[in-house]
Amino acid sequence: MNLVNETRNDIVIIYVKEERLDAHNSVELKSAVQKLFEDGKKNVLVDLKEVRFIDSSGLGALVSGFKNAISHQGNLKLCSLQSQVKSMFELTRLHRVFEIFPSTTEAMENFQ
Amino acid sequence: MEGNAIEVDIRVPNKTRYLSLIGRIGEDIARELERYSGDRETLAYQLNLVLTEAMVNAIKHAGPKEPEKLVRIVITIRVDDLTIKVYDDGQGFDINAIPPPNFDELEDRGRGIFLIRSLMDSVCYRKNCKENILEMKKKLV
Repeated sequence: MNLVNETRNDIVIIYVKEERLDAHNSVELKSAVQKLFEDGKKNVLVDLKEVRFIDSSGLGALVSGFKNAISHQGNLKLCSLQSQVKSMFELTRLHRVFEIFPSTTEAMENFQ
Repeated sequence: MEGNAIEVDIRVPNKTRYLSLIGRIGEDIARELERYSGDRETLAYQLNLVLTEAMVNAIKHAGPKEPEKLVRIVITIRVDDLTIKVYDDGQGFDINAIPPPNFDELEDRGRGIFLIRSLMDSVCYRKNCKENILEMKKKLV
């Protein structure tokens, strides 16, 4: 899975450079997020700009990351969701759980 | 795609690396329908998703592991509706015993069947003499 990390102002941004986040690759994202919190990072932003398809496993990997954040007194937020991907969060009511921002910039401002 | 029913019968290895291939077939079908008046891109996403979820389900419930094991998917397209059948030879499960997700509890799993049920008009899981069939129908009008 192609994940690119960037750290800005103590916030780790994970850019998911995949068209699909599904049962084939979502375990890798789950592990990557888990490792960041275990390594002591507190603020993680997952940028889904390039993801045009997400399934229940992809949603599950993000839920796992969110729970990891809580258990490490950290934050996990999402940004740049394509409309179809966003509709999956709405269908599963997960848009009430995650803080979702239209862009990386807006999400970064919210962490401050 | 007019006139008679079209049947697409696919067999792919029961590996998650083939999910995108199966999903794309669903998307292409949505874009090729001639008479569909709804939003094609939404339908394309929905077919991609239900095919992905159903194939993952078949992989999970597959019988004893064999490297050459295949998942069979049959998609039947008629003017008014579309039926997807996904076959597995595992133990099977009672689809009616699967509860909807508890939206107040944050679980990592348990949204797949809910998504299929939400996006299709009818869903059933039954057993014939040698295998289980997850059958999903969607009206196209």
